Amino acid sequence: MAKSEIKINKERCKGCEICVVLCPAQVLDMQDFKVHVADIEKCTACMQCELRCPDFAIEVTRL
Amino acid sequence: MAYNYEEYIRKGRLPHIWCPGCGYGIIMKSMIRAIADMGWSKDETVIASGIGCASRLPGYLDFNTLHTTHGRSLAFATGIKLANPALKIVALGGDGDMSAIGGNHFIHACRRNIDMTVIIFNNNIYGMTGGQYSPTTPAGAKATTAPFGMLEPDFDLCKLAIAAGATFVGRSTSYHALPMEKLFKEAFSHKGLSVVEIITGCPTGFGRKNNQKTPASMLLWQKDHAVTQKMAEKMSAEELEGKFVTGILHQDTSKNEYVENYDKVTGFTLEQGGK
Ligand SMILES: Cc1ncc(C[n+]2csc(CCOP(=O)(O)OP(=O)(O)O)c2C)c(N)n1
Ligand code: SF4
Ligand code: SF4
Ligand code: SF4
Ligand SMILES: [Mg+2]
Repeated sequence: MAKSEIKINKERCKGCEICVVLCPAQVLDMQDFKVHVADIEKCTACMQCELRCPDFAIEVTRL
Repeated sequence: MAYNYEEYIRKGRLPHIWCPGCGYGIIMKSMIRAIADMGWSKDETVIASGIGCASRLPGYLDFNTLHTTHGRSLAFATGIKLANPALKIVALGGDGDMSAIGGNHFIHACRRNIDMTVIIFNNNIYGMTGGQYSPTTPAGAKATTAPFGMLEPDFDLCKLAIAAGATFVGRSTSYHALPMEKLFKEAFSHKGLSVVEIITGCPTGFGRKNNQKTPASMLLWQKDHAVTQKMAEKMSAEELEGKFVTGILHQDTSKNEYVENYDKVTGFTLEQGGK
């Protein structure tokens, strides 16, 4: 069971890859220059991606 | 739980103008969380800025905001505080805005010890105008106006603020999103002039020329070069070389605050419905 739900706002994402590189669990990758959730099962809901996304484009909700 | 930033952002203003991976969005989020946590209402909060990429920030926020002239946010902020001391004042700007063209206003605001918080977004460069060097460009670093490397030594903005008389001085980075939020709250709670320097990355104007090729590598550089006071106390001068200290660097609660001094003489701001 996934621990979290990740919502991505593709209109806002500028594809900077900060969240992809700083996610400690390799949950995220890039697709067509935007962030993409590759493996939600690995997500620990640590919120690091949401805290450091400069563009208000990724939201994590702990389930 | 995802944080509800939208409550504090003016409708329809996002996406912001900052480049992909610019650290400023991370600072804006920490500022929003800190102000919300302080319990400051939108009507009692004033955010003033000068000119530059950093200074675009107040335009996104749903508080009383001013986008003033280059380096002059502190002059406007000082006037507002004197006219209505009940207001909570934050003045922000880039390293160029606050320490080059606005350096004079900055040192005298520190000396005056008026109750407000100054946040300097230090990306070591003039971001907005195309990556010219600033007073905080490290010696040897490349800029469009320093193609062979910066020839001048740089300012340590925190030391400058302490020497000029600021009664609260602290530093954080855009990597340290949560410690930065805590430092903002400590600065906001301080009575007197508080200065917070945020070390942050300009991938477009600085990183690309200075071996920090990606936005993430700029954040990781900050993580690797920041040391806390506690760590710094145990480190030798050689170990500290190239590193910078984060957290509260200076706090003095013994000095008189300017508006109070002013009131003692005139009674003016109290009569105007201040605190
Ligand atoms: C009086 C005046 N001089 C020069 C400029 C041109 N100018 C605009 S922003 C800027 C520097 C911005 O650098 P900084 O304050 O570090 O902000 P950043 O863009 O890096 O956030 C300059 C020189 C101006 N707008 N007004
Ligand atoms: S919440 Fe943590 S683990 Fe989950 S995607 Fe974000 S950074 Fe990765
Ligand atoms: S940090 Fe934000 S803008 Fe950057 S890739 Fe991730 S979601 Fe997109
Ligand atoms: S030029 Fe630099 S400081 Fe300005 S928005 Fe782009 S990355 Fe940020
Ligand atoms: Mg700058």
